[in-house]
Amino acid sequence: MREFSVTHPVGPQAARLSEMTWVLTWLTTAVCVIVVGFLLYSLLHAHRRGNAVGGPAVERKLWWWVGGSVSATTVILFAILIYNLSTGRALAAFADPDALTIRVIGHQWWWEVEYRDPLPNRRLTTANEIHIPVGRRVRLEVESRDVIHSFWAPNLHGKLDLTPGYTATTYFRADTAGTYHGRCAEFCGLQHAHMDFFVIAMAPPDFARWFEAQLKTAASPADTLQARGREIFETKTCAMCHTIRGTEANSGIGPDLTHVASRRTLGAGTIPNSRGHLAGWILDPQRIKPGAKMPPNQLAASDLHALLGYLESLK
Amino acid sequence: MNARRTLQVLCLSVLVLNACQRERRVFRDVPPGATGASAVQTTDLVAGAKVTDPAIGTYQESRFAVSQGQTYYEQFNCNGCHAPGGGGGMGPPLNDDEWIYGSDPENIFDTVTKGRPNGMPSFRGKIDNSHLWQLVAYVRSMSGLTPPDTWPSRPDHMQETRPVREARAQRQLP
Repeated sequence: MREFSVTHPVGPQAARLSEMTWVLTWLTTAVCVIVVGFLLYSLLHAHRRGNAVGGPAVERKLWWWVGGSVSATTVILFAILIYNLSTGRALAAFADPDALTIRVIGHQWWWEVEYRDPLPNRRLTTANEIHIPVGRRVRLEVESRDVIHSFWAPNLHGKLDLTPGYTATTYFRADTAGTYHGRCAEFCGLQHAHMDFFVIAMAPPDFARWFEAQLKTAASPADTLQARGREIFETKTCAMCHTIRGTEANSGIGPDLTHVASRRTLGAGTIPNSRGHLAGWILDPQRIKPGAKMPPNQLAASDLHALLGYLESLK
Repeated sequence: MNARRTLQVLCLSVLVLNACQRERRVFRDVPPGATGASAVQTTDLVAGAKVTDPAIGTYQESRFAVSQGQTYYEQFNCNGCHAPGGGGGMGPPLNDDEWIYGSDPENIFDTVTKGRPNGMPSFRGKIDNSHLWQLVAYVRSMSGLTPPDTWPSRPDHMQETRPVREARAQRQLP
């Protein structure tokens, strides 16, 4: 679980948060040990002395103890507050106008990922996988199309809520290449538990290559089977919800499938992306992910074969 | 006194238990299919006989179906011609009491799948049957033809008046 862990930070923001997690954990553990220690001590002590009623001297001593404990609690809580605020300030100071801007839009139950660019032909839409260059700051803008979701990739940053009708922004950076796991961290309905994503941090040249490949429209069918597959995609129910850039399918309701074969999973981390899983998903998504917005599809075996052949060619 | 207390508790539990009924959600249902005459396509623009299936009723009485239908109404761009809330525009209004091709669920299903002259396209094979029946339930809810507790209470758009549905709610219309 190193790729989904608060204690294995790979960026400066996550490092601050991880440090705070440890400081608070040890501090509160110490407080707990001291309090329980005193409690046990006084219980045993009182037992030995046999419920003696204290006089004015004991009262005075008690005042000192109670006053001291209350002051210590106040000081500790204020110290935590100041530490918390300074961490918040440090996290907010990562803002950078030259950052790579990625907009993440939450849907029940998948993630739409949009790479923003002033040039419209440099904008890219994909789903459930966020590729980022190592060492470059990323400006993350999040919003939701239906209910409140929460973006959480613990190796990179804390949680950020996706709220309908409001765009929240944060910055993060990955300093180590790798694949990090993310999840929805706000209960959002039936399939909240199957709403995962991946953040893939790559060396900048690799990222540039990936980005250029993804910008291309879908590969043309290489043979008649794939051509038939594309025709099925364009003329059946698929095209009502999905987009494959470069074809007639151009609807923005479900995930963009222009390069679906290059992705790791299907159904936002529900099943691996293989031919068999894809076939099961197309025919009966409600068995795999009950409640998902995709309807079951009735396709003849030959049509399904062609469709799978085409979708698998979309690298 | 004791008998009265028992009676009170009994009455109260009957009331409370009655409230326990919850709408059942089915994820892997078999939606009413396109059977009989409508399964055979002669041309894109025919009225034809209507589909009948007892399962249709469950969609009409489901609040979930109506609210899903509302989403599809927007996503599949029905509102492009019939306007948000069914006020009508390029296409005829859907929230009034006039139906050119009938107001039964089966009629509306046929209208959507087969298309109608003067602009209504055919969505046969484009929309899954379960989605279609949800859409039909929403279309009927706009003029108050589904039970009142299924009517969407919180539209995402500006609220427009719905004369027919309101009249029905006040029992001035059948």
